[in-house]
Amino acid sequence: MRGVRDRSLLAEPSSTGRFGEFGGRFVPETLVPACQELEAAFRAAWADPVFRGELDAVLRDYAGRPSILTECHNLGAELGLRLLLKREDLNHTGSHKINNVLGQALLAKRMGKTRLVAETGAGQHGVAAATAAALMGMECRVYMGAVDVERQALNVFRMRLLGATVEQVESGSRTLKDAVNEAMRDWVATVADTHYCLGSVMGPHPYPWMVRQFHLVVGTEARGQVEALTGGPPDVVVACVGGGSNAMGIFSGFVDGPARLVGAEPSGGAAVGRGVPGVVHGMRSYLMQDEHGQVEEAHSVSAGLDYPGVGPEHAYLASIGRAEYPPVADAEVLDAFQLLARTEGILCAFEPAHGLAWVVREAPNLRGQTVLLCLSGRGDKDVAQAMDLIGPEGGRDILGPDA
Amino acid sequence: MGPLEAHFRAARDGGRKLLVPYVTGGYPGWQEAVRAAAAAGADGIEIGIPFSDPVMDGPVIQQASQAALDAGATPPAILDAAADLEVGIPLAVMTYYNLVHHDGHRRFAGRLVRAGIAGCILPDLPLEESGPWCESADHEGVETIMLAAPTAPDERLPRVVERCRGFVYAVGLLGVTGERTSLAATATELAGRLKAITELPVLVGVGVSDAEQARQACRVADGVVQGASVVRRLMTGGPDAVGEYVAEVRAAIDGR
Ligand SMILES: Cc1ncc(COP(=O)(O)O)c(C=O)c1O
Repeated sequence: MRGVRDRSLLAEPSSTGRFGEFGGRFVPETLVPACQELEAAFRAAWADPVFRGELDAVLRDYAGRPSILTECHNLGAELGLRLLLKREDLNHTGSHKINNVLGQALLAKRMGKTRLVAETGAGQHGVAAATAAALMGMECRVYMGAVDVERQALNVFRMRLLGATVEQVESGSRTLKDAVNEAMRDWVATVADTHYCLGSVMGPHPYPWMVRQFHLVVGTEARGQVEALTGGPPDVVVACVGGGSNAMGIFSGFVDGPARLVGAEPSGGAAVGRGVPGVVHGMRSYLMQDEHGQVEEAHSVSAGLDYPGVGPEHAYLASIGRAEYPPVADAEVLDAFQLLARTEGILCAFEPAHGLAWVVREAPNLRGQTVLLCLSGRGDKDVAQAMDLIGPEGGRDILGPDA
Repeated sequence: MGPLEAHFRAARDGGRKLLVPYVTGGYPGWQEAVRAAAAAGADGIEIGIPFSDPVMDGPVIQQASQAALDAGATPPAILDAAADLEVGIPLAVMTYYNLVHHDGHRRFAGRLVRAGIAGCILPDLPLEESGPWCESADHEGVETIMLAAPTAPDERLPRVVERCRGFVYAVGLLGVTGERTSLAATATELAGRLKAITELPVLVGVGVSDAEQARQACRVADGVVQGASVVRRLMTGGPDAVGEYVAEVRAAIDGR
């Protein structure tokens, strides 16, 4: 068990936006003033009780916070541990992404911006951004890789229904990393009236810090809920990691305590596991790259985790050994996705199924422990893809009527 | 003062407007294109080292970069080939910071020197993050050309210029590389702001899309960098088309 630290691991990054040696602000010169302006505006807003009150109100009355904590009695018994789910899937729009987006949209309005641009992988951040834009009367354009447009068709249509423009990105690997590039190119040209609503704890300073602050609510709520239920902190806190926002959100409630922190990465997008320090998308962090420094394409069944980098604060937590980032294979994810549905009646997104897959794999070593899993999103968006991958017979019946 | 800056200052002080075409390294025919551009009156050449995630580039240069990468282009291979160019005018590379970071600052700077490259442009390495690279570059004798953007407040420009070697790259518009139908007002505006505070040559790049726009930019600026309009010609017409185009721009900025 870890001792109490004299300094919180949740401190602000340094004046240059560093968490240890990670982070920073590696953007084209054109965007430097915009990042500085955003940092100043966020600092002022975050310290302003009026802004915080507005944000709390919209999180409560619109997004439906607090999200509940669900104990999985059936699956817990099967695995021999106590499994608690932080139900971010029950937020409005179906994932944790809404926490950040409502914060950024309120901030953008306060800064006098009239337009949001966003990147999206699974489409959950895009849907959340389109939702916030609709609510606050802003224009919204979402960049999405062509591969993701295809596998997340439902979310594309959702964004359009919400009044957003969806731009299909055909460059590079045609997934999340290329959508980020395209959103940044848009921002370079439109920075006067546009806010770039980045969807995870990544990008140039102040984004990794700001997005983490907007997700603190997940960890703060969960800490109180677990305490109330079990009388103490959990033994293990688990979340999936794409850029790492839901993980930073839930970790934030426990990082200064004794709990083990586990961020499950897809094995085809394991920035911490397979990457080395590099610089892309405005930040220095672990990055999957080839021998010359060309960024490698990630490959994951989950569009939301199909990203070769990771937020710099995770790189820092990994580098000091405070959190661990095991890889999880697509096949394990599909099994976990079905297991939760059958045992608990919860269809989760492929992304948090990564976290669950790690719990299932590790269960023999976690006997009797309390495991808190951030269930970052609901599975509706993945049902069609699951049907393709598993087959329309689905789950148990696949064994045949005589099994 | 490095050789790039010396060469450009001398030309500028002699009344000549400076023309720097950009060619994507590793794209089929790129070396011939560099030679054709030099023969047609370029004062220096910017060689792009393709990166997987070029955030400052629009569709044309993205496409050329991707094609070069697909053809197997690597930074060492491009630099080896650049060493053989011997075109008699200064060369600079334009690439993204991760390729430098991955190689190591000193090592990358050393590679440039051995390849006979005088200057280096890293569009995603802004002033605040540029210290460690600039130190290595200064030490090895590579001139780091900094970008100045139209969004920079007045207090920022002198600090950018201070860190700049070779020439100042004035970003002509709010946006990424690519051709536009007219020259943005920001191009000459920013060039004017820079000319007022520095003796370094000031070249406008990004969005200078044809001979006429180059002529307009040169009314205030000391010269132009032309990227997408050059690369598009390389992709559609090959090295000869690049030579013809550079000659046309040369004539326009010479007032012929
Ligand atoms: C449900 C869900 N969880 C997780 C993620 C990954 O993002 P992050 O790592 O920032 O939480 C996504 C991204 O699309 C998502 O939709």
